Formats: sequence, C-alpha cells, structure tokens
Amino acid sequence: MANNNNKVVELEQVVVRFAGDSGDGMQLTGSLFSDSTAFAGNDFATFPDYPAEIRAPQGTVSGVSGFQIHFGRKNVYTSGDLADVLVAMNPASLKANMRWIKPQGLIIIDSDNFNDKWLEKAGYTTDPTTDGSLSGYRVIRTPISSMTKEAVKHLNLDPKTTLKTKNMFALGMVMYMFSREPEVIYQYFEKKFAANPIVVQANKSVLAAGYNYADTMEIVGHVYKVNPAPLSKGKYRNITGNVATAWGFIAAAERAGRPLFLGSYPITPATEILQELSYHKNLGVKAFQAEDEIAGIVSAIGASYTGSLAITTTSGPGLSLKSEAIGLAVMTELPLVIVDVQRGGPSTGLPTKSEQSDLMQALFGRNGEAPVIIVAAQSPTDCFYSAYEAAKLSMEHMTPVILLTDGSLANGSEVFRIPAVADLPEIHPPIAQANDPEYKPYRRDPEKLNRKWAIPGTPGLRHRVGGLEKEDVSGNVSHDPLNHQKMTLLREEKVMRVANYLPEQKVIGPDEAELLVVSWGGTYGVMRTVVEKMQQEGYSIALAHFRHIMPLPRNTEEVLGRYKKIIVCEINNGQFVKYLKMNFPQFKYHQYNKIQGLPFLVAELQEQFEKLLNA
Amino acid sequence: MENTQIDTPVMQLTKDDFASDQMVKWCPGCGDHAILHAVENVFPNLGIAKEDFVVVSGIGCSSRFPYYMNTYGIHGIHGRAAALATGVKLANPKLSVWMITGDGDCMAIGGNHFIHTIRRNIDINILLFNNKIYGLTKGQYSPTTPQGSKTKTSPQGTIERPFNPGELVIGSQGNFFARALDTNPKAMTSVFMEAAKHKGTSVVEILQNCVIFFNKAHDLITSKETRDDNQLWLEHGKPLIFGKDRNKGIVLKGTRLEVVTIGENGVTEADILVHDQYEKDPGIHMMIARMMPPEYPVALGVIRSVAAPTFDQSLVDLIEHEKQTSKFKTADDLLQSSPTWTID
Ligand SMILES: Cc1ncc(C[n+]2csc(CCOP(=O)(O)OP(=O)(O)O)c2C)c(N)n1
Ligand code: SF4
Repeated sequence: MANNNNKVVELEQVVVRFAGDSGDGMQLTGSLFSDSTAFAGNDFATFPDYPAEIRAPQGTVSGVSGFQIHFGRKNVYTSGDLADVLVAMNPASLKANMRWIKPQGLIIIDSDNFNDKWLEKAGYTTDPTTDGSLSGYRVIRTPISSMTKEAVKHLNLDPKTTLKTKNMFALGMVMYMFSREPEVIYQYFEKKFAANPIVVQANKSVLAAGYNYADTMEIVGHVYKVNPAPLSKGKYRNITGNVATAWGFIAAAERAGRPLFLGSYPITPATEILQELSYHKNLGVKAFQAEDEIAGIVSAIGASYTGSLAITTTSGPGLSLKSEAIGLAVMTELPLVIVDVQRGGPSTGLPTKSEQSDLMQALFGRNGEAPVIIVAAQSPTDCFYSAYEAAKLSMEHMTPVILLTDGSLANGSEVFRIPAVADLPEIHPPIAQANDPEYKPYRRDPEKLNRKWAIPGTPGLRHRVGGLEKEDVSGNVSHDPLNHQKMTLLREEKVMRVANYLPEQKVIGPDEAELLVVSWGGTYGVMRTVVEKMQQEGYSIALAHFRHIMPLPRNTEEVLGRYKKIIVCEINNGQFVKYLKMNFPQFKYHQYNKIQGLPFLVAELQEQFEKLLNA
Repeated sequence: MENTQIDTPVMQLTKDDFASDQMVKWCPGCGDHAILHAVENVFPNLGIAKEDFVVVSGIGCSSRFPYYMNTYGIHGIHGRAAALATGVKLANPKLSVWMITGDGDCMAIGGNHFIHTIRRNIDINILLFNNKIYGLTKGQYSPTTPQGSKTKTSPQGTIERPFNPGELVIGSQGNFFARALDTNPKAMTSVFMEAAKHKGTSVVEILQNCVIFFNKAHDLITSKETRDDNQLWLEHGKPLIFGKDRNKGIVLKGTRLEVVTIGENGVTEADILVHDQYEKDPGIHMMIARMMPPEYPVALGVIRSVAAPTFDQSLVDLIEHEKQTSKFKTADDLLQSSPTWTID
C-alpha cells in the first residue's frame, strides 16, 4: 500500500468536487469515491450537479457535469459549501466550478486538455493554469489523458474506450490522496463488467496508474486522512433519496400486507424511483410505466380501489397533469401516495436543478376543496422513512398523501443505517370484512373519520365509488346542497385530524431564543449545520424544520410564539412563509429565499441570520 | 376455434343479482337503457362470482353506468376509464373488468389511454357507446360525428373528419373488435358474451341512439326502410351476405372489397368472401371494419377475435419468474443487500 513516502495529515472534514465534460463519467467517479468513503467509515453527503442535456457540446461550459462530496469524522448533514479539492478534467469544468472552490484549495487538472482548442471552447483567451490567474490556489497539472493511454497500451483498446477510462486515473489520484484502499472499486469493476474482462482490466489498470502516479510523484507532499465518524452501531449502506423512496414503499407494502402498485411516467428527477421499483418484481412490485402521468395516477387509483398500496411518482409538470385525478382520489377517499420530486419551474423550468416551489401546487392545486396530507422528506435517508410514513398515513386515514422530495434529495446520497422492517411502525389499513352487515361505503370511523376499504372480490361488499359527490354514509350519488357542505367539511376534518397521529414539532436548540429559523423539506441538512454552528459560536438561535406540512403539527403556533424573531428560509419565492402567514397571521416573519436552482450555503445563511440578530 | 372457454356457472345467478337499487336517470328512449339490460343478462351467465365483477367508467351519460349495476364499480374522470380499468386489472387479474365509455370519452379526451390499453392487450372488456355526439354536455360534436353535421359547436356543419372506432382499434393492434346495435338486444347479448370470453382487450362498439341531441344518428343502419341494405351480420365461417333478399354479398377484388349481387354478372355464392374472425393478419378485418354506407353495408357482430398474450398475464408471469429466481424474499433482504458495512 501507499503512504510510505508521504506524511499523513489528519483532517476533520473535506469537500471534494469532481468536474468534467458530461461524457467524462464524473457522476460515476463521484459515486465510486462515495463508496470508498463509506468503507472508510466517514459520514458523508453528496450533491450531483449535471446539465439538462445528455451530451451538451463537448468542452463547453454548458456541458459540465459535477459531483460534490462532503465527508468527515463528525456527522455530516450537507454536501458542503466550497470544495477543498477540485478535479477539473478540462478548461470548461474549471471555468464552471471556480466559484465553488475554497481559497488556497487544491485544483487537479488534466493538462492534456488545456490546449488552445479546449481553452477556446471554454471561452478562455489565455491558459488560467499558467497565466497566474490561479495564484490563490494550489494547482496540480497532470497529463491525465496521455497517461491513461499509456496505462492501457498493452490491452490494445480502441481510442474511444481508452479515453473513457481517464476518469479512473483522476479517481486513483484522489483515492491515494485520501489514503483509500482501491480494493472496493476493483470489486465494483468486477461485478459491473463481469461480461467484459478486458474492460475490468482497463479500469483497474488506469485506477492503479493514477494511484501510483500520485504516490511516486509525491504530488501533494503528504496524504490526508479523515478518521471514521462516530456512527452508532449497526449495518450501514450508502443510499440516494430516490432509491430510499422506492425502498420505503416496498417496506410499507410488506408491513401493511398490501400489494404494491406503481403507475408512473418518466420525468427528471423522479424517474429513478420508477426504475428502482421496476427492478423489484422479485418482491411482487407491480410497476406500470403508463403512457402519460394521467394514466399513471389513474391506474394507481384503480389499483387502490382494488386493494393495493398504490403510488405514483413525478415531478412538478407531471403533478400539474395529475391534479384532476388527485381530486378523484380525494372524493373516492382512497389511499394513494403521490411523490413529487420537485425541480426548478415553472413549466419545464430547470429540469435538473432542485427547488421547493411546488408547495402551493401540492396544497391548493386542485379544483374544489380537495385537501390532502403533505409530508416533506428532509434528507436522502429520510426519503425512506417519509415514503413509509406517507404510505401508512394514506392507508390508515384513507386519503391521498403528497410526498414532497426534491432533486437534491433524489440524487444526493448519504450514509443509511439499515433498519429492520419489523422495527418500523405497524400499518393497519381499515379493510372491510367479507359480508359485514354494517358496511356502508361512506360510514366513518368516529376518531379518524376514515371510511373502510372494501376490496373487489370480497363477498358482500359490492359498492360504487366515483367523482360525483356522495351521500354521507350510504355513498349514493347526491346533489343535496347540505350534504355537499357536510361532506366537504368531513373530508377537511379527516385530514386535519391526522395531526393527532403526528409527532409534535421539535426544535433544534433552546426553547426560547432571539431567532427561530424555520425551514422545511430538503434543506434540513444545511439548516441544521448552520444553526448548530452558530449555537456553538454563542448565538441565540434555534431551528424548527418542518416535515409535516398538511396538517401542521399541533404545537406549531405555540412553537412560533416562543421566539423574538422568525425567519423562514426556502428554495423558492416564499411559499411556506405565505402558508404560515395564512394560518398564523399574528406573527411577523422574515424570509430568506434563494431561487437559483442551487442549494443554500452555510455561509450565506449565517450572514443572513447574523444580520437579523444584529438588527 | 375460440380462444378461451368459460367455465359453466359455479352458481346460478340471475339478472336480479346485478340490478342496482339506484334510479336510472337516462332520458326515456335513450339507447343506454337497452345496453344496461343486455349487460344484466350477460353477467349471470359467465360463470363468474358476482363479487368478481368490476365496472369502470369515465365521464359522460353512458359513464353513469356503474351506478346502475350492483357490482363493484368506479366512476372516474373524463377520458381516463381505460387507465382506471388498467389499474384494477393489473392489481387483481382475477377480476372481470368492464369498461364503459362514450365516443367522446374514449376517442377525444381519452384517445391516448384508449389506444395504449388496446396495444398492451390488457384483458378488459370495453363497451364503447357511440352516439356520435356529446350527450352529457348537451350536444357538441364528437370525434365520430359525421362530417357536415350541425351541432351546438358546429352550427355551420362540422369540418372535421370523424374516426371510425373499428379502424382505430385494429390500427392500435386490437385483437377483438365487434359492433352491436342498441336496437337489437339479442345480437348485442351474444356479442357481449363473445367479448367476455375473449382474453385480451375486447372492444364492442355499440351504435347507441341519443334521442335528445342526435336522434336517429344511426337511422340509415337501424330504420326499417334502410336496414336490410345497410346491415351485414357477420358469422364466423359464413359468407358476407346481406340484403332483404339475401342476394348481396362482399367479394375481395384485388386489394378492395366490393359489393356484388349474387346471380348477376356470373357471381355465385362461392365467390363471396367468407368471414374468418380468427385470422391473425388484420388486413381484411380492417377493410370490413371500414365499410360504411352508402357504398357498403355496416359490418355488425364480431369482426376480429384473435388470441394473443395479455399484458396482465405477462406481468403475472414475469413477477412469478422473478420471485422464483431471486434471492430477495422480503424487504429486509433488499435493505441488507450488498454493499453494506457494519459498525460495532
Ligand atoms: C376534464 C373534463 N373536461 C370536460 C368535461 C365535460 N364533459 C363531460 S362528458 C363530456 C362528453 C361526453 O361525451 P361522450 O363520451 O360521447 O358520452 P355521452 O355523454 O354521449 O354518453 C364532456 C366534454 C369533464 N367532465 N371533464
Ligand atoms: S342526453 Fe342522450 S345520451 Fe344522454 S341520456 Fe339523454 S338520450 Fe341518452
């Protein structure tokens, strides 16, 4: 192993960013490095940042694909503000990522690509690695492309395949720098390319070449080590939000004893949930790729009527198409989980960037009075628990649930402590029993106000549901004005009573303070990081991060009333703050909104909070 | 050869088992009433337990149908009945799923779902009530309204070319298509029976009269005076003969169908095209489905009935295979699957 020549420097935490052309395999490089990070025992969080086009023109700034990972020996909740190390495979990726690198940070470039042609494509007039413009950084110029060719010369590969492996050279270098064992990655190659031994060989050789190059050249002068994080006992894995969402549903279906049905249509960044569930026919999952989002949700409603845990997955534009059908699920009082992986909007907006701007649509985007439960996942691993909880609430309360995640949760990954399914909360759907003489389609449980789930094929329970207003209890079609008012109020009350089954809103920090920071959904990691940091620095600050949006936790008003100032932070133009104003108009709310398709940075939040505290 | 057999009834059900206690609110004289009766006559005779029927619909006059049947039923949103039926059938393939839809519901707003359901060959029975008008919204033209018709939204006559549902179904790789008339309940019943027996998407177009907004839309085909020359009842294995004196027939001339008179120009019965509803190649079926007056009579009865693998069965098979070959048996197996690491 390496590390013989170099002195080892221990670090608390590090942010590494890989950037290259969208064809350069940076997402794979990043996720393999995450795997090795997991095996090194660090806690981490990742942030993939890639363009909307599959292959934007090579070498241009619009075609740059990035992957950032933040890891440490303490718990890590964000993918990090600025990078300590940037790997830039070409001039465009350097240009696009300069604003993400720390002063004095380390930049590794593929010097083979810093020629006139590529510099010009990236819009540089002179070479930034030689013209002095990077003087505030440490730059390592490495001829990655040519050394990659050298490393696989003996395998007689075609030039295209050869160049495809150059990302592994860069990975090898970074692996060495952080004292990682390449073994984990070798195993990945062997599994992934089992059918193609020469490709396994090529990738291994290139990775090893990068690793050894970093060693023998003593490029950094020392290697870094980030010691394992003090994670609690248990079995762990690395998981992305989308996969966690899919698995949460699988676990919920099993626990509820209901078959799992997904009706969906591909859309970035939600597609991976459909893909993941399509894999798991082995666990009985029926994943149906419909002809559009409407057919996706409506088929799910059909499956729900038939007794399945039915879900549909989409992103903002698809949620718009599903609106009318969500109303049908509200009216028929059937369980249904609608996952909206939010992205930048409106319309097609910024399809590969994350935003929190579908909240209003989730709350109000339907005709008539059509309340639904809304749960917002707060981290990639929480997507698992949120999906599980959404399924539980939907089935137990017989009403649709919108689960809001977002692009950064969906693609971001995190260390996941694997739970045992038996330890998850029980799920008891109110299934009507065969030949129940008391059964009436809209007879309600006095506590939850839910109706019973009578499943086709069950003797003695034949009944009709549909979008037309139904008479209370009997479920017959009814146009009676007073009945409509009664049913509207019942449907609303049913959703509001879900609050009785939710935990109270918790606060990170003191019960009373100068400033309460309020946030919701996918920003949890960064909010927690900045608030805890400021608490350590002695500021009077607390965080209330909301996971339950509709209904709000019962103690919400009380929590908001305990602090002198309130600031609501969102990756949108202020949707949650409007909702809070509507519900609790007695408080004054400050707000901080970022609408750039980019996550919050710890530094910018701290600056805002300090300003407010000093005002 | 028929492609499936239905078991003899497991229990004796009657029409009354399926009559709902709800008031039927269609206009008096509407063709929908006859279709409801025909369905009530068919269901008890299929050998299917009464709790295993699910009637699904979209929106329109005809789509109120589920409320008028004493089965499991779901009345959906406009145009999406096919998607709803798909979900029901995929969730539980043992159910007998009947989809009720109108020409506007399934060919305008629901056109996309309609063609894709047919293409996938999901084993559901689609009863398409074709009154060539929008009934529930009171008389706007639909995708089947004949060109030139004056309706509420085409006061000068439509300038659109109408769909022929049979053409659309066969063009979407449909394997079962039949036509029936609301004025001929007996034939309608037998067509429904055949549709029920067919495994795969079966589409029955019922020429249904809306007495209020497009009365007599099908008069050329159904009126006493003209029906003999305009109705051609198909029977598998029998020649395509029609007319009051049963002396007219259809022959295949080159790549076209032609109407001939037996006994004229040396035409004998042996020259007449013989109907083969089980022919896999859709060519002739497409031509038969397209026949329309004034040049041709309208083909009624089962035009096409071809066995093919169904989506729902293929999905069941796939899941069975995956379950058997996978080492994952529970969600825990999935969660615990490598790569994982342990901290202790
Ligand atoms: C989304 C939506 N758009 C429009 C309507 C209005 N609408 C209800 S039924 C109908 C047409 C029905 O025509 P058809 O399917 O031919 O059925 P019929 O009433 O003739 O049986 C329309 C346009 C609706 N209910 N929902
Ligand atoms: S409007 Fe026409 S289709 Fe509707 S019920 Fe009356 S007659 Fe029947």
